[in-house]
Amino acid sequence: MTGIVLAARNVAKSYGQVHALKGVNFDIRRGEVTTLFGENGAGKSTLMKILSGVIQPSSGEIVLDGQPARFANAAEAQARGISIIHQELSLAPNLSVRDNIFMGREIMTPFGVDYAEEERQVRLLMTELEEDIDPQTPVEDLRLGQQQIVEIARALSVDSRILIMDEPTSALSASEVEVLFKVIRDLKARGVSIVYISHHLEEALTITDHAVVLRDGVMTASAPRDRIDLEWIVRNMVGENYDLGSPPKTTPGDVALSIRGLSVPDATGQDLVRGLDLDIRAGEIVCIYGLMGAGRTELLETVAGRLRASGGQIVLDGQEVSHLSIADRIARGLALVPEDRQRDGLVQTMSVGQNLSLASIARFTRGFFTDTRAERALIEDSIRRVTVKTSGGEAAIGSLSGGNQQKVVIGKILATQPRVIMLDEPSRGIDIGAKAEVFRLLAEGARQGLAVLYSTSEVSECLSIAHRIIVMHKGRISAEFDSSVSKEKIMAASGESVAA
Amino acid sequence: MSASTTNPASPKRRSLNLTRILLEGRAFFALIAIIAVFSSLSPNYFTVANFLIMSSQVAIFGILSIGMLLVILNGGIDLSVGSILALSGVVAGAMMQGVELDALGVILYPPVWAVVVLTLCVGAAVGAVNGVLVAIFKVPPFVATLGVMYVARGIALLMTNGLTYNNLRGREELGNTGFAWLGFNRLWGIPISVIVLASIAIVAGLMLSRSAFGRWLYASGGNERAAELSGVPVKRVKITVYVVSGMLSAVAGLVLASQLTSAGPTAGMTYELTAIAAVVIGGAALTGGRGTVRGTMLGAFVIGFLSAGLVIIGVSSYWQTVFTGAVIVLAVLMNSLQYGGPRKG
Repeated sequence: MTGIVLAARNVAKSYGQVHALKGVNFDIRRGEVTTLFGENGAGKSTLMKILSGVIQPSSGEIVLDGQPARFANAAEAQARGISIIHQELSLAPNLSVRDNIFMGREIMTPFGVDYAEEERQVRLLMTELEEDIDPQTPVEDLRLGQQQIVEIARALSVDSRILIMDEPTSALSASEVEVLFKVIRDLKARGVSIVYISHHLEEALTITDHAVVLRDGVMTASAPRDRIDLEWIVRNMVGENYDLGSPPKTTPGDVALSIRGLSVPDATGQDLVRGLDLDIRAGEIVCIYGLMGAGRTELLETVAGRLRASGGQIVLDGQEVSHLSIADRIARGLALVPEDRQRDGLVQTMSVGQNLSLASIARFTRGFFTDTRAERALIEDSIRRVTVKTSGGEAAIGSLSGGNQQKVVIGKILATQPRVIMLDEPSRGIDIGAKAEVFRLLAEGARQGLAVLYSTSEVSECLSIAHRIIVMHKGRISAEFDSSVSKEKIMAASGESVAA
Repeated sequence: MSASTTNPASPKRRSLNLTRILLEGRAFFALIAIIAVFSSLSPNYFTVANFLIMSSQVAIFGILSIGMLLVILNGGIDLSVGSILALSGVVAGAMMQGVELDALGVILYPPVWAVVVLTLCVGAAVGAVNGVLVAIFKVPPFVATLGVMYVARGIALLMTNGLTYNNLRGREELGNTGFAWLGFNRLWGIPISVIVLASIAIVAGLMLSRSAFGRWLYASGGNERAAELSGVPVKRVKITVYVVSGMLSAVAGLVLASQLTSAGPTAGMTYELTAIAAVVIGGAALTGGRGTVRGTMLGAFVIGFLSAGLVIIGVSSYWQTVFTGAVIVLAVLMNSLQYGGPRKG
């Protein structure tokens, strides 16, 4: 039975001049997983927020069980059985798992909150989710993946008929994703309808019953699972041929960066990176693939100088750099584009231009003063080189789209004229068009003798421009491949079970 | 991070938006309004003599608030400036009264330039304590400088036993006259203290807008992690701003002691709050990364001219407190309108 429980009819939403949604029809069927695909800014989150009552549409209507419905706010939608798990976690880190799950709807007795009953229900939920989390644990003590589980448990605890999940797996490990998918299947069997949004296309395909693709606020395609494949999704998402490039033909030079026996401890002294060896030559592009927690970020941040190694050597152009500060490493040509561009990459209070020139201030400082003209030249040069779409160097950094912000971070690092550039998940949260441009930039750099080391958690990105693919698993290199390897082999080496 | 990038203001519009001008130049318009209102209420207000007197009073807060601005740009706060001001004054006073060296049995009367240099060093040293606590030991700035505020005040009280050093003019035969120059003399008819403030403001303004250090400061105040990963020496920047703030507090202490020709351990009580108020009225964000010397100077003059004007027209000092508080709240309200406005998600 595929009755439509919730539907959007000609729903449009505009913010001033910007039309986030332009008359979209969207159906959610009982007991099915409807996956919503689309690039950033395509309108996915806007549509989900409308369906869950967080925001109101500018025009069009919502039909619940065949009746037109209006939700004044999220609570009203929730009362009608519609729950949403937002992309960003909305938990209070200082409160326990139990208090978070029952926040705002505590079970009351005449003498106060019935903690025992709440705890019993939490334990039940956790058993269902196969997660061994004590209800009394403060949320801040949980790993990110576990916090996501708590968020899911909270949505389940209100007996939703329709559950909207916005990027629920972005912080989960492979085994946690599997548990989540099992839960989703259970929910389906109980007649719960699920809307699923993910940037991880391969993963999303394994759970989808019905796929809908949005592009620029318009629905471009909709089809059941048996009529779609990865290529179909990408074609409809991007609207053009999808190509992340191929390894550029370069002649590898001398070893630019050499890592020997590098170990990095976490706060408790356990090694996140264990005795890792890696060489990268000038003109070579190396990709590090691994799951969350494999130690990729720690490896890159240690090489960049943010984290302290407990042992090992980092050698740049034949010189040991382990004792140097981040600034000195940048001056010698070793720089990192961090994973989280909002937190570690950009200064939101500064303009596009000031962000671009931030890492190379020394290049335009003459004595005490900065040379305004030299700085402007550097900024304009960077904007052209990394093709940032902006009204100019004075524009606010927040006015750029995610992809262009990422290009600013990359441009900032390229402006330091590095010999080795490291990028931690450079494609995270940017759309495919911008992704392709980022990879084109890296390939271009490699042609000019730059050594490139980037990490990713999407296999398809390994098989694009990288000459060499390193797979990390639990702090070690578990396998090394050249660019002709298959996706399955890479995933198997990462400890990920290959989805059928 | 949300996928819905709802940025209606993508292409920055440069239209002459009246509310925007009023919002951005609010401290300037406030100052104009204050001058206009008091000039109409009192004939004594709008005179050169009065402006010079008011300005020399503003100088002390102005100097403090420039140091405070640097700290606030860095995302910190410095509650110890009033205490450092008092301590510096007392240290200068003690030296002017003569330093007794027991071992040698002599009393040393250092010349005024040496007094000034040593006093500045004391201010810088106390600032360095703040800086090291905050940057190296990761003590929250509010707490670190709160502690130093008490300690510095306590030392000043200990040094003088709670008393005040009077008559710091020095004596001809000891060769240490000239201390009053800072507070009393004029150059081209302008009080020295105002000239000191103007010079510091110009140097600080140039440093912020045109030097690498200025850029480092804005960057590390806006996003310390990103600045660090871009090679900004964030710890050095942090320590430096507290050292400079301490040193400028010592300058203010010298100016005040010179104006009064006396130095007491209870001088400068709550001056840190006035300095913070000036910075906030000047449009700086307490979260760091936003603010200018020009704005801060306007803020200092708004507070100074307002309270002086209220005195001139004979409003009770209790009402002055109320008015000053209202201005501060209004300023913060406008700050949140400017910076926190249309941002969502």
